[in-house]
Amino acid sequence: MLMKHMISFALTCVMTLFTAGAVFAGQTIKIGFPIPLTGEIPKVGESTKFAAEMYRDEVNAKGGLEVGGKKYPLEFIFEDNESKPETAVNVTLKLIDRDGVLAIIGPQSSRQAVPAGAVANDNETPMITPWSTNPDATKDRPWVFRAAFLDPFQAPVVADFATKQFKAKKAAVLFEISNDYSKGLADNFRDAWEALHGKNSVIAFESHGPKDQDFSAQLTKMIAAKPDFIFLPENYSFAALIVPQARDLGYKGHFMGSDAWGSAELMKLCGNACKGQFFSTHYAAAGATGATKEFIDKYNKKFGYVPDDVAALTWDAVALVAGAIQKAGKVEGDVRKTRKLIRENLASVKNFKGITGDMRFDEQGDPVKCAVIVAIDDKGDFTFKESVCPKQK
Amino acid sequence: MEFILQQCVNAMQWGSFYALIALGYTLVYGVLRLINFAHGDIFMVGAYLAFFISTAFLAPDGLFGFSRELTLALTIPLTMIFTSLVGVTLERIAYRPLMRRGAHRLYVVITALMCGLVLENGNLALLGASRKTLPVLLDKSVYDFGGIAVTNLKLWVILAAVLVFLFLQFVVTKTRLGMAMRAVSWDKFALPLMGIPLDSVIVFTFVLGSGIAGLGGMLFAMSYPVLEPYMGAMTGWKAFIAAVVGGIGEIRGAFVGGFLLAFVEVMVAAFLPSTFRDLFAFSILLVILWQWPTGIFGKPATSKI
Repeated sequence: MLMKHMISFALTCVMTLFTAGAVFAGQTIKIGFPIPLTGEIPKVGESTKFAAEMYRDEVNAKGGLEVGGKKYPLEFIFEDNESKPETAVNVTLKLIDRDGVLAIIGPQSSRQAVPAGAVANDNETPMITPWSTNPDATKDRPWVFRAAFLDPFQAPVVADFATKQFKAKKAAVLFEISNDYSKGLADNFRDAWEALHGKNSVIAFESHGPKDQDFSAQLTKMIAAKPDFIFLPENYSFAALIVPQARDLGYKGHFMGSDAWGSAELMKLCGNACKGQFFSTHYAAAGATGATKEFIDKYNKKFGYVPDDVAALTWDAVALVAGAIQKAGKVEGDVRKTRKLIRENLASVKNFKGITGDMRFDEQGDPVKCAVIVAIDDKGDFTFKESVCPKQK
Repeated sequence: MEFILQQCVNAMQWGSFYALIALGYTLVYGVLRLINFAHGDIFMVGAYLAFFISTAFLAPDGLFGFSRELTLALTIPLTMIFTSLVGVTLERIAYRPLMRRGAHRLYVVITALMCGLVLENGNLALLGASRKTLPVLLDKSVYDFGGIAVTNLKLWVILAAVLVFLFLQFVVTKTRLGMAMRAVSWDKFALPLMGIPLDSVIVFTFVLGSGIAGLGGMLFAMSYPVLEPYMGAMTGWKAFIAAVVGGIGEIRGAFVGGFLLAFVEVMVAAFLPSTFRDLFAFSILLVILWQWPTGIFGKPATSKI
């Protein structure tokens, strides 16, 4: 009996130490990153980490972030969400409860961001998902924001562009059934396309599972329907398999991708087959100017490759959070109150000048910003084709 | 009609991979009555070995600067040899000690599952999560037979699966070693009394099974050139199901089961919404197992695990 008491006492002590540590050792500003360092999209996790580290190192080299006249070093905590929804939920909760972070940046893919957003919202912790484009991630969640545009905006951009560029009338779509991002964008695209070209103008609407590697059955079916182009709202690792397989089956037409194609790894995996295709994304690295170019050069110098859209959006998300913390004016004291201030400051951002363009948040926490169509040229570079902005209300 | 024939070609190619993996499962099961659940991951190791060997040889980045043809010719046997070494190592350090101590087969099966996880996560820890892609070793050409598109690589894959099947069938039914293998499955305890070296037969079985997995892994990496540590898990499970449906322990069963599974999968995707592919495919297999509980070619036996 005595033993039992001692153990529970010891446990209480340890627990107190942990929670106390989170509050009183608050000489640093803690931000949590539940990101996909392994799993399906490891390059996305790597880009996030690199961009965030670059921001942190730059601020800390100057002595830290100045809040209310005092400088605090930034402390970023990176957790691996394994590209899985359930792990994303767990690590987000851990970051909020155990590490006591002021804000969450991530997860990146909608598949993890939608469930993780619920956790952040329930625990009243501000979260920005830089890359998620599915509306559900922020919908009716006042604590959750994003740095990317939405699929209901991206889908018509793709539909308009394909109509104009390929003179297309019939479209085929292949998407990943278990991925909120892929499925959501495919549905949005179908609506947008049918609004332009009438009912049944999407002549093939096929899906595949999360671990599939052979798509020949679906592709044969799609090619038999003779589409003018194939839309692939897919992660880059799938796009790199699907495009060559369609070529092997004798398909000679166009492909059109979405922002999940925009990884630095796409061309390494896909090779020549992906050259000459188009995709919609958040920014084009080739031909950038001003602050965007500065960022690209710094990143390229430090890590040896041109940053993808994930890196750029993460940079913007970190800058947004840092700005909101500065505006809050204090970081010590009750974490819950500081979190609340940060959320209010984020919601009231008027005109943030990011490297992926100017933005502000609407009432759902979604940014109002432009999309870019990128062409993959003969050298495998992502070059700017055109920019599409939301209509002013 | 073209559509159906094209889908048949698709299924033949996909089925070849299932067959190559299922043959390995069935071989080990036939001899040891052990389900080697690490087999799918040995297949993955084969794909990675092919990647390392070919990048080491191939010009202009490789150490040796060989031409594509020479690299391909060297990579196939080397991948098979190294993969079989991995298989034999697993047998030596994981399965044999357990069986020596008289552990029930169930424990060895669980050990095999764990070995698979060790291989997956070891790979992840060693090489990181970023995907690898096999260099192009074979110039791809697409042939068009009256509207049916086939690549030379697909033909090689199908040919390889058929040749491997014929070879194994020959080894098991016509050679002395094959006779010894069948004898092991019949009575492990009487075998040494007859002067047959039990361990050598078991090692040979693992060499064969893993070597074939290595070949399969290499061909897979050439056909689907995005390598990741978990690529063998799902394909391995499905191939295991194929082996069971065909009748595990039977060489013919694994071969037929592999193609059957691929045909069912492809045809479901071809004629029904592809969302239902796995649901319908495995429901059909379930019905087949209801009809023949020991698989198409399987014989009734008392204990299977």
